[in-house]
Amino acid sequence: MLKLFRLLAPYRGLVILVMVLILLQSLSELYLPTLMADIVDEGIVKRGGDTGYILRIGGFMLAVALVGTGVSILASFYSSRISAGFGRLARAKVFTRVEQYSLQEFDKIGTASLITRTTNDINQVQQVLMMMLRMMVMAPMMSIGGIIMAVSKDARLSLVLVVAVPVLVLTIVLVARKGIPLFRVIQKKLDKLNLVLREGLTGIRVVRSFGRIAHEQARFDDANRDLTETSVRVNQIMAVLWPLMMLIMNFSSIAIIWFGGLRVSHGHMEVGDLMAFLQYAMQIMFSMLMLSMMFVMVPRASASAVRINEVLDMTPVINDAPHALGGKPEKRGVVEFDSVTFSYPGAEQPALRNISFRAQPGEVTAIIGGTGSGKSTLVNLIPRFYDVDSGSVRIGGNDVRELPQAELRSQIGLVPQKAVLFTGSIADNIRYGKEDATEEELQHAAKVAQAADFIAGMEGGFGAHIAQGGTNVSGGQKQRLSIARAIVRRPDIYIFDDSFSALDFKTDAKLRSALKAETTEATVLIVAQRVSTVMDADRIIVLDDGEIAAVGTHKELLQTSEIYKEIVSSQLSEEEIA
Amino acid sequence: MSEQQGAGRGGPPRQGGGGPGGPGPFGGPPGARPGMPVQKAKDFKGTFRRLIGYLRPFRFTLLIVFAAAIASTIFSILSPKILGHATTKLFEGIMDKMKGVPGAEIDWHGIEMIVLWLIGLYVLSAAFSYVQQYLMAGVAQRTVYKLRGDVNDKLSRLPLKFFDSRTHGEILSRVVNDVDNISNTLQQSLTQLITSVVTIVGVIVMMLTISPLLTVIVLLTLPLSFLVIKAIAGKSQGYFIGQQKNLGELNGHVEEMFTGHQVVKAYGHEKKAVEQFDDINGRLYEAGWRAQFVSGIMMPLMSFIGNIGYVAISVVGGVLVTHRTINIGDIQAFIQYARQFTMPITQTANIANIIQSTIASAERVFELLDEAEEIPEDNRELDSSRVEGRVAFSHVDFSYKDDAPLIKDMNIDVKPGQTVAIVGPTGAGKTTLVNLLMRFYEVNGGTITVDGTDISKLKRGNLRSLFGMVLQDTWLFGGTIRDNIAYGRAGATEAEIVDAAKAAFADHFIRTLPDGYDTVLNEEASNLSQGQKQLLTIARAILADPAILILDEATSSVDTRTEANIQRAMNRLMEGRTSFVIAHRLSTIREADLILVMNHGTVIEQGTHLELLERGGFYADLYNSQFSGGRLGADVG
Repeated sequence: MLKLFRLLAPYRGLVILVMVLILLQSLSELYLPTLMADIVDEGIVKRGGDTGYILRIGGFMLAVALVGTGVSILASFYSSRISAGFGRLARAKVFTRVEQYSLQEFDKIGTASLITRTTNDINQVQQVLMMMLRMMVMAPMMSIGGIIMAVSKDARLSLVLVVAVPVLVLTIVLVARKGIPLFRVIQKKLDKLNLVLREGLTGIRVVRSFGRIAHEQARFDDANRDLTETSVRVNQIMAVLWPLMMLIMNFSSIAIIWFGGLRVSHGHMEVGDLMAFLQYAMQIMFSMLMLSMMFVMVPRASASAVRINEVLDMTPVINDAPHALGGKPEKRGVVEFDSVTFSYPGAEQPALRNISFRAQPGEVTAIIGGTGSGKSTLVNLIPRFYDVDSGSVRIGGNDVRELPQAELRSQIGLVPQKAVLFTGSIADNIRYGKEDATEEELQHAAKVAQAADFIAGMEGGFGAHIAQGGTNVSGGQKQRLSIARAIVRRPDIYIFDDSFSALDFKTDAKLRSALKAETTEATVLIVAQRVSTVMDADRIIVLDDGEIAAVGTHKELLQTSEIYKEIVSSQLSEEEIA
Repeated sequence: MSEQQGAGRGGPPRQGGGGPGGPGPFGGPPGARPGMPVQKAKDFKGTFRRLIGYLRPFRFTLLIVFAAAIASTIFSILSPKILGHATTKLFEGIMDKMKGVPGAEIDWHGIEMIVLWLIGLYVLSAAFSYVQQYLMAGVAQRTVYKLRGDVNDKLSRLPLKFFDSRTHGEILSRVVNDVDNISNTLQQSLTQLITSVVTIVGVIVMMLTISPLLTVIVLLTLPLSFLVIKAIAGKSQGYFIGQQKNLGELNGHVEEMFTGHQVVKAYGHEKKAVEQFDDINGRLYEAGWRAQFVSGIMMPLMSFIGNIGYVAISVVGGVLVTHRTINIGDIQAFIQYARQFTMPITQTANIANIIQSTIASAERVFELLDEAEEIPEDNRELDSSRVEGRVAFSHVDFSYKDDAPLIKDMNIDVKPGQTVAIVGPTGAGKTTLVNLLMRFYEVNGGTITVDGTDISKLKRGNLRSLFGMVLQDTWLFGGTIRDNIAYGRAGATEAEIVDAAKAAFADHFIRTLPDGYDTVLNEEASNLSQGQKQLLTIARAILADPAILILDEATSSVDTRTEANIQRAMNRLMEGRTSFVIAHRLSTIREADLILVMNHGTVIEQGTHLELLERGGFYADLYNSQFSGGRLGADVG
């Protein structure tokens, strides 16, 4: 966590200021009992009830309290700004870093986890920083100040504290050691209960159709009972803590009165000082209590901090070459794979082995194969989402690693397997492909993508709002919009990564024939599961287990490739194959 | 969001009103932030009463808890005054000595007695406080256990309509977060409220016995405190809402950009994403620090008010002591009381908020408990082994929403052993038929019969046991593969399970797994491929041996060999059984005895393949378009 706090560098001055302010605040707070002691010792005892003196000191006390309050408000002001500023900095740093990540880093950490790290984890640390600035700084200042005051009042009597404070700390540590691991167990059991519940909800049709409601209820009850028993135990253990701490504090105050009384009677100490001493002792002990609460919060936040640091420490593996090529490629749109081998980090087997082919403008190259055969991996190499192990991927004659990423990707219109839309209007979403697209270009792209009809049917047409995650349009509509997004770009290379799966046969066919007219000069790569989608391609690449099993047209492959035949026969009936 | 569930669990129980001193004049325990927007219940009283009802079984324990809380508080309130007596005795002894009163000595015996009294009081107070918390732990957790159980029972009786119209997150949040909220309140805030109130009353009484004049001074600061609380809470609420709003926006943006990372990269929008993020982040910062700051000045202001009282007591008390109208120890006690006083007041304000949000939580939970249940069932049962599988829809009307009729006057007649193919574009509402057959939803008019028996006259469990279902979203739970297959029939033997797996062509792949049938599926069942999962659900259906089948043929993202296995397994399963197939394969469709063509939720055509082709309608169009993209070129333009 300390590492993360280095982000506070721009606030170094303010942090020191807050510390000084809090020190002042603690001092003013400790000064009040001292002044009260003066009222007792001077005003009452020595001067025999000097009302003027008492009033004077009283006024002084009020001034001290006022200063303390002012200082404390200032401290609160700066600590709020510091912690919020820290949160802003950390968030911006993490987000910017993640935007630089290639898919490889995304795979490593996981999208969901990255989201949590950027949002919840940073909030968690920010909150603790706030608490630290307010209380964790306060507690030691208070303790140190309190101890100094106490010792200066009466060093011998301070021996009471030497006994009391360690006992208090020990008690807190003992109870916490027993209780805190149990809190972790509770979290686990709560997760388990959640899991059972979630399974029951997602599988509700299955549970009911198999008539296993009672079984599910028993499972839930087990988890529920288990959680309850542990919760009861934890709370019973924690029930000891407060009364015990109060007892220790109370006994200390008795001890102070008793031993202090002895010292007073021997003339080593004055009564007012004893009263002040009692208050110092309480302040010291309360600081300890507060510190103990921090110890509960800090571990949670430091777990978050570790996760955030992981993100910041991970540098993207894919970077622009130092002398990246600029200028126009000689052979626009030509995609070449030259004995490419690629494996995911940590994988035992390469995902792609020795892949070589060439796709030209005006041609449709289809890639077919089972799940895990490496189809998506293959097309992800073209925009350089991953770097190859060996061999090379060339676009327009240049190795993709030699090109600036931005320029490389500007030549490509990618339609990913999972259609992703963003919050905003439909027009915004299509314009994502080309920011300065005109109205006509939008309409044309939508028409080709077979989206024009349903867009017209939506309230507001192109201005219709897409909710977060595109939840207000169907899967097929999402796919068509993400296709329109690629079309509006008019790229040299189209990549369709299984992008027709949610379309019905009719729309699928219409779309492909409209695309044909659109892409006469572009290189088209289609990844598909359906034979009907790839039948008309100029070249079909059959992938099997990361290797090219066969290449050819539909007709050729029916003659030469067993695997292709197997795929075809599972999907089409005899006559359609012919 | 689950990260937040643990909040409020971590710390030791907060409790007010204990011991002398209280926190220093400026400090204070970290409580709920003042001014956080509080959700309010619609019917506070009713919900409150109903929640209390859950505590009824524990009323005797609760009585003890309350008694203990009161006793502990009273004992701890008494002690400062007694401690003050000790100080007074000391002081008097000293004063006498100073004045040279002959034989003057400090009354050590009296002080000893006082100290013994105090030790007794402290121990008693601590003991009662422990008893109270210890007992409350049981009460709170067991109440919540009951509540959770009730909610879960209720969920099992709710119709599918309820689940389909809500997200899982919404339902989970009620069962988990809301119940958790109630649990925390019961554990901590309830007794805290009692001790706070007792403390306030007790402290006032004690102060009055010491000095009515000083008490009035302390009480005068009260309206000031309320004013500060109200002003700050009102102000910070606005900032908190702003903070919450910006935070939501920020989270949304992050989620969107990260899930769409591939697209963001592919289209080179990284810079724009960062710019947009910076913009929201900046707004969050502005609202955030203000919210923190405004809520943060509550504590210093409150303690300043406390300090005004403190100073006033010191001064006025000092003057009074000199006039001998009050003892020095009483001042000491009074100072302690005054400090004990402000804490429970801020605490009570906090607790009031906590209780409000708890009642709002309880209301949401009760709302769920009050949802309309499935209509009560009749008692008839059909013997699964004797059912032939004749299924008929006659004049069936159905709609999900009252104002949008979906199925009108639908009639179909399926003879035993026939295959019905359901075809249509995605989103055409093919699952509606499943919903009606399995009686997940009730028809609005007409009847559905199985072997001539109206299914609404059957026990639901019995009806559903007649059907076997293999859907595209394979549902497996976190357990072993064996358990997952055995789910098809309670009490299946090992041999039966293996046979079913063999029949589903799943036995082979299961045996290649390191733990075979004992392989434990993880939470997302991601240690199996989609196709393997589907084979398991087929095995499950085979084991259940139903009279009628509902199958979903969609096998996207399944590798070809597994797909072939799935198809063989499905064909085997369909032999001799009436089957409803959500069909994607032409071979299945063409060979079906009846094809139901669905679009926009309704059955628009029905008949055999040839009949439908002849009709030249939607189906013919659909069929003809499938393999000849070129032919359609003309009408796309």
